[in-house]
Order: sequence, then structure tokens, then C-alpha cells
Amino acid sequence: MTMLLQRGLLLVCLIAPVAARSDTDATVHIDNFKFGPGTLTVAKGTAVTWTNQDDIPHSIVLNALGVRSKALDTDTAFTYQFDKSGSFTYICGLHPFMHGQVVVK
Amino acid sequence: MSTDEHKDDRRGFLKCMTWAGSAMVWSVAGGIPRAHVVGQARAATSGFSFAQVSDSHLGFDKPANTNVTATFQQALGQVTAMADKPAFLIHTGDITHLSTPEQFDTGAQLLAATKLQVYTVPGEHDILEDDRKSYLNHYGKGSRGDGWYSFNAEGVHFIGLVNVVNLQGNGLGDLGLEQLDWLEKDVKNLSASTPIVVFAHVPLWIVYQDWGWGTKDGGQALSYLKRFGSVTVLNGHIHQVMQKIEGQVAFHTARSTAFPQGAPGVAKGPGPIAVPPGDLQKVLGTARISVVSTQSPLAIVDTPLAG
Repeated sequence: MTMLLQRGLLLVCLIAPVAARSDTDATVHIDNFKFGPGTLTVAKGTAVTWTNQDDIPHSIVLNALGVRSKALDTDTAFTYQFDKSGSFTYICGLHPFMHGQVVVK
Repeated sequence: MSTDEHKDDRRGFLKCMTWAGSAMVWSVAGGIPRAHVVGQARAATSGFSFAQVSDSHLGFDKPANTNVTATFQQALGQVTAMADKPAFLIHTGDITHLSTPEQFDTGAQLLAATKLQVYTVPGEHDILEDDRKSYLNHYGKGSRGDGWYSFNAEGVHFIGLVNVVNLQGNGLGDLGLEQLDWLEKDVKNLSASTPIVVFAHVPLWIVYQDWGWGTKDGGQALSYLKRFGSVTVLNGHIHQVMQKIEGQVAFHTARSTAFPQGAPGVAKGPGPIAVPPGDLQKVLGTARISVVSTQSPLAIVDTPLAG
């Protein structure tokens, strides 16, 4: 299984090196109705993954980028790759008092 | 605001409410809220009554309640077992947990089994999929916009409002201009002596801003209802009983039939609270509302699923 996955990944890298490009990955945890870290600074091209660790679903709404994730149930993740530099604030679509920010340099 | 002022606000604020788990029952008649110990509670015996259930979160399966279908069924059973049957049932939203077709189907079946007329408003958990269509396909018939409507029963004017759509960064519930315009027109020609019952998912007044427990333009909606002699506002969302009287307006939030949430400013966050085994039924429940007089706020009796 691991071999298969590795081969699959290798194949993806070979045939689609640009689409699969992600210099680094970064993670934001959602815990007790808070994004952690609240402000995340990343390099352009970074894929940011939000993981929900709460017993309640959350979602990611990046208004400035027109991005809206589906509702993320417990232990579900959403990934978005930031290709533009700037400061992007976001909220949870279900609990909009939850604020976070991704700064892309 | 200084920290001291904040504390004072909180103290005043806490006087007005009781929390899930306190196993108390409240009734309101003539504008005065009265608390009863569970078991001694008596519903108003005359006049017409209706029941309220809320926040069934069908599909939730975490430790706080691993069988929300059973507790919802139990709550509905409690309503249908009443000796003087309520005229209808209001569900104040979060019928489902994740808006899936299965969760909506379960809800529809359980509600249909009561054989009661059911009125609903959506919670934010009911509009997660399908651009709100799943909710509207089930419950939107005859409604406007995102699912708001009004109807008359026994001389009372009932208004179901939707305050969970397109929530913004201020963190609060939102009615929006289109709905506010509709509301203003809806009540315009009613006599001031008509009792009004407004129901919506998120509390229409600001209960606790830090957790988004309030509605940004709720005050605007209430301004259209100022001239009425009796206004009762029924909400869900916060999974605990809270009451407040302001002038002619009685505000009331209902328990959840699924799981309790913590008290604002006391719990570490607004998430589900797991209570000791056997205690869950004490913090879940239904509300039954009786019209006691056309000039008074309605009598409300909250009933936990178990004392």
C-alpha cells in the first residue's frame, strides 16, 4: 500500500510538477472555537491546511478570495494554496466570531 | 470599557438567566418570570398552548450525546403525551447537525410521527449544503426569502425569522434588509392588541457577543414591534434556558434536545458539554407555551426530559 502511494505520488510529481507545487505546507488547528495560530505567516505558494479538532463543525470563509470551504466535521481538514501575497483574514462560516489571518509574503 | 465595568455588566446579566443543568422550570405570566423546581411545575391550564423544541442536531454523535435521535424522540414523545395536546409544534432550528439528506429525512420522519402541525426556522447547521435548498425543500413551502413567514393562530400573530444566512465577521446573527422590510410590512396593519410571537434560531437580542450569541439587526426588528402590547421572542442556538423581560417584550431561549452548552463567561467555550452519565436528560428538554391572556406575555414552562 505504501509502495503504491509512493508510486502514485511520484507519478503526480512527474506528470504535473506545477500543479502539485507546494514549497511548504502549513497547518492551522481549530480547537475550542479558535484558530491556532490566529495569524499565520507563510511564503507564496504555501498550502495551508485547517484541521477541525472540535466536536462541532466549522468552516473556512476567505471573503477576499471568494473561498468558502464545506462544513468540516471533527477531524476533517480543508486545504487552500495561497498563490498571491497579501494579508487575508478569514472567519468560520458557522461561528463568525472566530477570526483568523494568513499573511502571505 | 474597564475590566471592573465589564464585571458589573456580567453580574447584572447573570441575574436574568438560568442555565441548563440548573433543573429549574420557568414560567412567565403577566410579565413576571417565576421559577419552579422541576416536578412542581404546572403549565397554565386554560387557553391554547403550543410546544417548542430546538437544536435536535440530528447526526451529532460525539461524547456529549451519542444518540441524539433517541433524545429528540423522547422530547417529542413528551410533547405528544401531554394531556391537553398543544395546538402545534415549533422547532427553532438546528434540526440537523450537518444538513445531510439522511439527517433531514430522520427529522422529517420524527416530526411527522407527532401528527402535529410543525413550524420551523433554520439554524446555521441546517443550511450547510446545497445552497440552503435542502432545508427549503423540506420546510420552505409558503415561506419567503431564506425561509421566513408569518401565520395567525387563535388570535396570536406568529412570525418565523431567519438570522443564520450570510453571517459576517461581526460574529452575530443577521436578518438583512429584505427580511426587515418584509417584517415591517407584515405587522403594519395589525392592531396593537394582537399578541405577537417571534421565533428565530439565534437569540434576537445580544446574549453574549463574544460567542456570537445575538443578532446584529435584531433591535431593528424589535423596533417594528414596539407598539404591540404583548411580544414574546422564542429562540434556540445557545442550548440553555434564558429569559429576560424588557418592557412589553419577553425573551426566551430553549434547551436543546441534543446536548447542553456552557454558560457564557463561565465555560471555556461555546461547545458541547459532556455531563455525567444519567444526567443528560436533566439538561435537555422542551418548552410549552400557553396563551393565558391576550394582554399578557405568554406563560412558558420549560420541561427537562427527566427531572
